[in-house]
Amino acid sequence: MPLLEFTDRGIYCSRADVYIDPWKPVDRALITHGHADHARWGHKKYLCTRLAKPVIRYRLGPSSIETVEYGEERLINGVRFSFHPAGHIIGSAQIRVEFKGEIWVASGDYKIEDDGLATAFEPVKCHTFITESTFGLPVYEWKPQEEVMTSINDWWRANKEAGKVSVLSSYALGKAQRVMHGLDPAIGPVLTHGAVENTNAILRKQGIVLPETKRVVQGMKKKDFEGAMVIAPPSATRSSWMKKFRPFSLGIASGWMTLRGARRRRNADRGFILSDHADWGGLNEAIRATECERVFVTHGYTDIFRRWLIEQGYEAFAESTEFEGEIAEDDDNKDENEDYQA
Amino acid sequence: MRQFAHLFTQLDQTTKTNTKVSALASYFAEASDEDKLWTVAILSHRRPKRSVNTTYLREWGAEFAAVPLWLFEESYHVVGDLAETIALVLPEPEDSSNHSLTYWIQYIRGLKEREEEDRREAVFAAWGQLDKIERFIFNKLITGGFRMGVSQKLMVRALSQYTGIEENKLAHRLMGNWTPDDTTFEDLVLRKDPTEDISRPYPFYLAYPLEDEPETLGSPEDWLIERKWDGIRGQLIVREGELFVWSRGEELVTDKFPEYHPLAEMLPDGTVLDGEIMPYKDNEPLPFNKLQTRIGRKNVTKKVRENAPVVVIVYDLLEWQGEDIRERPMRERRALLEQLMADCDTDGILLLSESIDATDWQNLRDIRERSREHKSEGLMLKHQNSAYKSGRKRGEWWKWKVDPLVIDAVMIYAQRGHGRRANMFTDFTFAVWDGEDLVPFTKAYSGLTDKEFRQITAWVRKNTLERFGPVRSVKREHVFEIAFEGIQRSNRHKSGVALRFPRMSRWRHDKPKEEANTLEDLHQMLEQYES
Repeated sequence: MPLLEFTDRGIYCSRADVYIDPWKPVDRALITHGHADHARWGHKKYLCTRLAKPVIRYRLGPSSIETVEYGEERLINGVRFSFHPAGHIIGSAQIRVEFKGEIWVASGDYKIEDDGLATAFEPVKCHTFITESTFGLPVYEWKPQEEVMTSINDWWRANKEAGKVSVLSSYALGKAQRVMHGLDPAIGPVLTHGAVENTNAILRKQGIVLPETKRVVQGMKKKDFEGAMVIAPPSATRSSWMKKFRPFSLGIASGWMTLRGARRRRNADRGFILSDHADWGGLNEAIRATECERVFVTHGYTDIFRRWLIEQGYEAFAESTEFEGEIAEDDDNKDENEDYQA
Repeated sequence: MRQFAHLFTQLDQTTKTNTKVSALASYFAEASDEDKLWTVAILSHRRPKRSVNTTYLREWGAEFAAVPLWLFEESYHVVGDLAETIALVLPEPEDSSNHSLTYWIQYIRGLKEREEEDRREAVFAAWGQLDKIERFIFNKLITGGFRMGVSQKLMVRALSQYTGIEENKLAHRLMGNWTPDDTTFEDLVLRKDPTEDISRPYPFYLAYPLEDEPETLGSPEDWLIERKWDGIRGQLIVREGELFVWSRGEELVTDKFPEYHPLAEMLPDGTVLDGEIMPYKDNEPLPFNKLQTRIGRKNVTKKVRENAPVVVIVYDLLEWQGEDIRERPMRERRALLEQLMADCDTDGILLLSESIDATDWQNLRDIRERSREHKSEGLMLKHQNSAYKSGRKRGEWWKWKVDPLVIDAVMIYAQRGHGRRANMFTDFTFAVWDGEDLVPFTKAYSGLTDKEFRQITAWVRKNTLERFGPVRSVKREHVFEIAFEGIQRSNRHKSGVALRFPRMSRWRHDKPKEEANTLEDLHQMLEQYES
């Protein structure tokens, strides 16, 4: 029996009777991170990292959530579990599973670049690696964060000069804070949509240092928006909430902005290629660093990436799961998708 | 190329018309005359022709990027644009260069003359010194498919801002059969009295679909009512003893229709006609695809002509005895047209569009509903007092098409969309029942709302049965109403039919798959409506 199996509830370890990021209610769930497609309602017991807990608690309400530190081991029915930094968002983890010397790693969502906020990705050696492939094509190649932030700041400055408010669409959990972290506060005030500010409040409360931001509230005047950068989740940027900022320029920070078509589809003025997922080079580098022999590809361009891995000499499989990083950018109407990271 | 790449980036970064126009105007102010002329050419559908076969480009792109060809192809499928895919997969350039747009266009045109191996080296050399956006433009120019999200109209507006010359004058100067090889920016755009180009067409007047009930239009007697034909809208010009045939895309297609050439002598000088180029045999229109065989051909052979004989169904008279009569009322133009048709023997090349007499709209409704019996698409309504305007305008000309045919079908395959829709499933194959089997009969990729596309995308991801490259077979569950404009026999399809303009008109959540239509239903439609 394999150490981990793909079932219709999620990734299952039968020896320990626990699931990793299950999408249907189970007794015991190990959660890689707080995005809605990985941390779902209805499980009896949750286990996640200490850093990930506050957001998960906020999202799920009262529930039984235990925590571990990165690297700390938990023995469940003789199976050894530990959580290791995935670099995706604050508190995100790859989950290492070991039994009688056999090691699997379920990586959830991850990125290689250290963004200065999330604990930086650490490769974990294993025999079998479970990977995402949201951007598993050679057309996706990220520029260093610093370079992207420079162009976002330039855009903000130019908008300010043209008398326009800058509105940047970014997911409320993860991307929003990453962007704020890199903004140049000398340019102007940073304003936030409520969904972003609620997340900020939770992160600040747990001791994460974020730059000063101000919630956009009713009754604010034109003057309050002058020269401002507004950080808002995608759904808000498609709503009438935007009217108050006119004239504004709309930017989107997402890995999908690599493709001209994706940007045009969203009718944005600017697309900034910034993702909390690994790019093509990052996926390959991460897999190489695990020194694994076998790879399961869960979400994204699974079939294509699997074939590529087979050609690189891996034993590779594509598994269908309900992790949905892939369609996030286009998914307007499902609020629970609002903070999927792309 | 930097200036042009900068312009391209600016145009690409905005959806606002004014911003586009002013970006273009400031480009005109900075660029050299040569580059300006080429930019005007590119933005007026005078792009250089494709100089390298796309199969080669794909192979070379994969080779230069050091990725396997299949992976390149998969990437292409997701990106949806070959030039963009290449620009994205290539490694960062080692060099840079500062050549002009004109330099690169001539470089690309020169590729044609080279041997294959040589051509590959030349393309690699270019890729090695262009950045991502410049490469994208270079690739677009090679493949001959360059579009910049700026219509000819906007380009003319920007040119007008830059030169101070009125837009309509510029539009006229830019019409006709010029290329950057046989003119200069000075001669084409700035010269006050441009050479009389006798081939110049008038802009076409296009109609909007009628959405309200026809009773809102007043009395039918105020309207010229004609059949709507499914051919190629065209303009015939006879001036100084020469004939010019223009299609609606402002393409000069005189060479494609040698059977029209005698018109140069049959019609008086100074005559411009608006009509429909139609395949037509034994007093009956032939299916539209007969015309496609003609348009795609370099040489129109005798065989092609016999296979798809053509006429022109004439709608309107725009120039009469050398005078532009577009401002005169429809009724008057029609009278002159009828006179012209009576006076000239055109040996059956020209047919006068029939004017349908009817005194009430109910009667016309019946006539419209029977349009398919006449191989027609419906009716055209033109106000008797209407001038011949330019472009698509509401109010005086309406198209009143017959309702589409519909059939309920089961979705069986799904494929990702291209470009704008690359991360959704938008291309579907549909089937009808043949006993216990589902027989595929059409593909469709439009008609649903974005929300429905997202719903079906989520569903496809969870209900995939098998994958064949980019295509997934899905659980047979969902029924869609497929609307289409026509149906024809086809040997190329298993179902034996081919549809014209199929699209998804409704998601039949209410229908279980067992209640979808059958192949027999489809064949009955074929018997009844074959166009």
